[in-house]
Amino acid sequence: MARDTVLSFTEKGLYCPAGDFFIDPWRPVDRALITHGHADHARPGHARYLCTKGAAPTMRHRLGEIDVQTVTYGDKLTLGDATVSFHPAGHVPGSAQIRVEVAGEVWVVSGDYKTTPDGLSEPFEPVACHAFITESTFGLPVFHWRPQEEVAAELNAWWRDSLAAGKRPVLGAYSLGKAQRLLSLLDPEIGPILTHGAVEAMTAILRDEQGYDLPPTVPVTPDTDPKAYPDALLLAPPSAVGSAWSRRFGPASTGFASGWMQLRGVRRRRAMDRGFVISDHADWDGLHAAIKETGAEKVFVTHGYTDIFTRWLNDQGYQARVVETEYTGDDGEGE
Amino acid sequence: MKRFARLFARIDQTTKTTVKVAALAEYFREAPPDDKLWTVALFSGRRPRRAITTTKLREWAAEKAGVPLWLFEEAYPIVGDLAETIALILPPASRQTDATLSDWIAHLRALTDRDEEARKAGILDAWDQLDPTERFLFNKLLTGGFRIGISQKLMTRALSQATGRDEAEMAHRLMGDWTPDSVTWETLIEAEDASADASRPYPFYLAYPLEDAPESLGPPEDWHAEWKWDGIRGQLILREGEHFVWSRGEELMTDRFPELARAIDFLPSGTVIDGEILAWDAEAPLPFNALQKRIGRKTVPKTLLKEAPVIVYAYDLLEEHGQDLRDHPFAQRRDRLASILTDLPPEAPLRLSPTIPFTDWQALSDTRDTARDARAEGLMLKKLDSPYLSGRKKGDWWKWKLDPLTIDAVMIYAQQGSGRRANLFTDFTFAVWQGNDLVPFTKAYSGLTDEEFRKITAWVRKNTLQRFGPVRQVKPEHVFEIAFEGIHESPRHKSGLALRFPRMSRWRHDKPVQEANSLADLRAILEAHG
Repeated sequence: MARDTVLSFTEKGLYCPAGDFFIDPWRPVDRALITHGHADHARPGHARYLCTKGAAPTMRHRLGEIDVQTVTYGDKLTLGDATVSFHPAGHVPGSAQIRVEVAGEVWVVSGDYKTTPDGLSEPFEPVACHAFITESTFGLPVFHWRPQEEVAAELNAWWRDSLAAGKRPVLGAYSLGKAQRLLSLLDPEIGPILTHGAVEAMTAILRDEQGYDLPPTVPVTPDTDPKAYPDALLLAPPSAVGSAWSRRFGPASTGFASGWMQLRGVRRRRAMDRGFVISDHADWDGLHAAIKETGAEKVFVTHGYTDIFTRWLNDQGYQARVVETEYTGDDGEGE
Repeated sequence: MKRFARLFARIDQTTKTTVKVAALAEYFREAPPDDKLWTVALFSGRRPRRAITTTKLREWAAEKAGVPLWLFEEAYPIVGDLAETIALILPPASRQTDATLSDWIAHLRALTDRDEEARKAGILDAWDQLDPTERFLFNKLLTGGFRIGISQKLMTRALSQATGRDEAEMAHRLMGDWTPDSVTWETLIEAEDASADASRPYPFYLAYPLEDAPESLGPPEDWHAEWKWDGIRGQLILREGEHFVWSRGEELMTDRFPELARAIDFLPSGTVIDGEILAWDAEAPLPFNALQKRIGRKTVPKTLLKEAPVIVYAYDLLEEHGQDLRDHPFAQRRDRLASILTDLPPEAPLRLSPTIPFTDWQALSDTRDTARDARAEGLMLKKLDSPYLSGRKKGDWWKWKLDPLTIDAVMIYAQQGSGRRANLFTDFTFAVWQGNDLVPFTKAYSGLTDEEFRKITAWVRKNTLQRFGPVRQVKPEHVFEIAFEGIHESPRHKSGLALRFPRMSRWRHDKPVQEANSLADLRAILEAHG
């Protein structure tokens, strides 16, 4: 029976009895291993945090004074009777899958992940295991991401067209992860990129402290003169798009980037002028490829289209089941 | 198809009416006549005969995509649209084509006479040369229902811009029983003398809800009041010895209401009446529930004709002796209507919807409170000197509905929405108390703000007790005020009751679950208003 006890699913989160730690718990615990800094995975209130070197600075920024220990991808750590290591998840810069080994049995918690490289996050690395814990945010066969350079071309064309039509392009994106990915896709030749405070804070940490390759940005302050930046694009959290903050830059053409933009209905509900299909989660084919490459027999599905995806996995011969968690993945609503 | 796809993308990418109209007007100036004609036809609810059943389309799409059919069927309600589901699930096209919208329609029509194998090959071949937007639109041709955010009003405005003709004239030209085979772009839109066919209805004039106090409308003597009936708005056309019945949604309903055929025996040709189709028990309207049985039935069994016979409760006269009366003041039209209906015998399937006399707004407001006793939803107020306009225009016609009935209920099940609301929990089941049990009695989907839907979605995820397929049983913790327009007995429901137009009118954060209403409370409402 030891085979089943690598991780158990508790009311506080995923728990490893052999090492006495939790992974991405949603209630305060003594020791929390964190896959990445998004709010549904890295929550406040734990006594001790453990995460990658890449994830720690933005987590500190979000959570304030926390007791955090960092590791490098691939380093093996012994916690009690468990051996733990972090491996790139390709979701956002610094994000990790967490490999837990107890008595020769290996489980991998993937947090949120995507399998195609985005040129910014450390590319997803398949980790062989007996049991794989996966998300399924886009676990339906209608979700297929097009190559990133095609969407980048659409984005930049929209920037140019908006300026030509006398409109200010205002692009909404999560401040951690999605915003920086968009920055890396936008063409600084067209004009300067003005950033909202929340986006700028995360960008500054990743670019200036951690050395990720991101273009220069101009943080918007109350003194910023819109007339001084006729060609600029505004990058802001979704909640700021259409707010007084963006309105002072004149009539806008609004855009939003998310995997949900694949669905016309969701695109229409957001009521943005343009929706760009860019996701930091795996699409249908990506989920599969990832699961297959782990060689796992057992799959636990944590968030997204859990029931449907689980049934499909069982049809494919996996032993899959749904695990209730409080992760939201990308709920398409922004922060 | 590329030009049509570009038009669609421009319309779909914007929320601004002016941009949509400009895109359409440009298309109507530049596209080939056959494409333009089909575009008008599609956007006004006309479509080519269905070449393939949707069952086959699903099977072929799932097969081509390499997914089991059940998985396709699970994805479909989440996407919310069959044409879109197919467009998204298929692998990318391997080639491109310059075929136009009308070319593709011709291609589809040619397929209808072929055997299944040939039809399948024709469809798979099409899917393989269309980009995702073109594919979505092609599928829309197959699945029907081209509802893509273009209202008739928007289209007539664009046509008016493109042709320089009056908007109201355009609206009228587009009405009626035409198809792209029976007309050309020239005869429908451009010809000087639009020789209308006998069935062509007038565009309906629609009322706005009255939200301010009625005093805001000015002196009572300028206004006419009558009950707002809870039936089906319809236009009865008597021309050239034939009769036609049109719904407000421009659907020809002539065959559904055979008893209205007798109207020709009592009124002359060249008469067009606007009114309410109601189930009728010789003296008064029956509850909407009776009419409901008639809706959706293309042929009506004899017993139902007896059980729920319909009449037209007439409230406006749009044409008399073949003459368009819409520019005449309402008071005049109403007088003429009264005079042609006054002496009709009881077997005539028409009655005059009575005027409610009043001299001050307060007295009228008191009358309105008794609307449910009259089997009405409230009052209609019409300005006596107003012409019959087209579409929803503010100022001359107001609907002044009763406040809805309400009950406080507990949310017990939740399900994810589809389409616009694919990633939110939006479909809920509500219960009331019966002793210590919660008895489900209604579902509701609307009434909350996006923000509230987001909040309840987060809560549902954390408070699921059990799953039944897509349905989640949730902790009985939240009370909502459910508003509805009517209530009736229904043996099919566990509670024995069914509501009309239920929606969530308020999230009662202030109410503990124990204080939600009971089944006895609902029964009391049924006694009072059912």
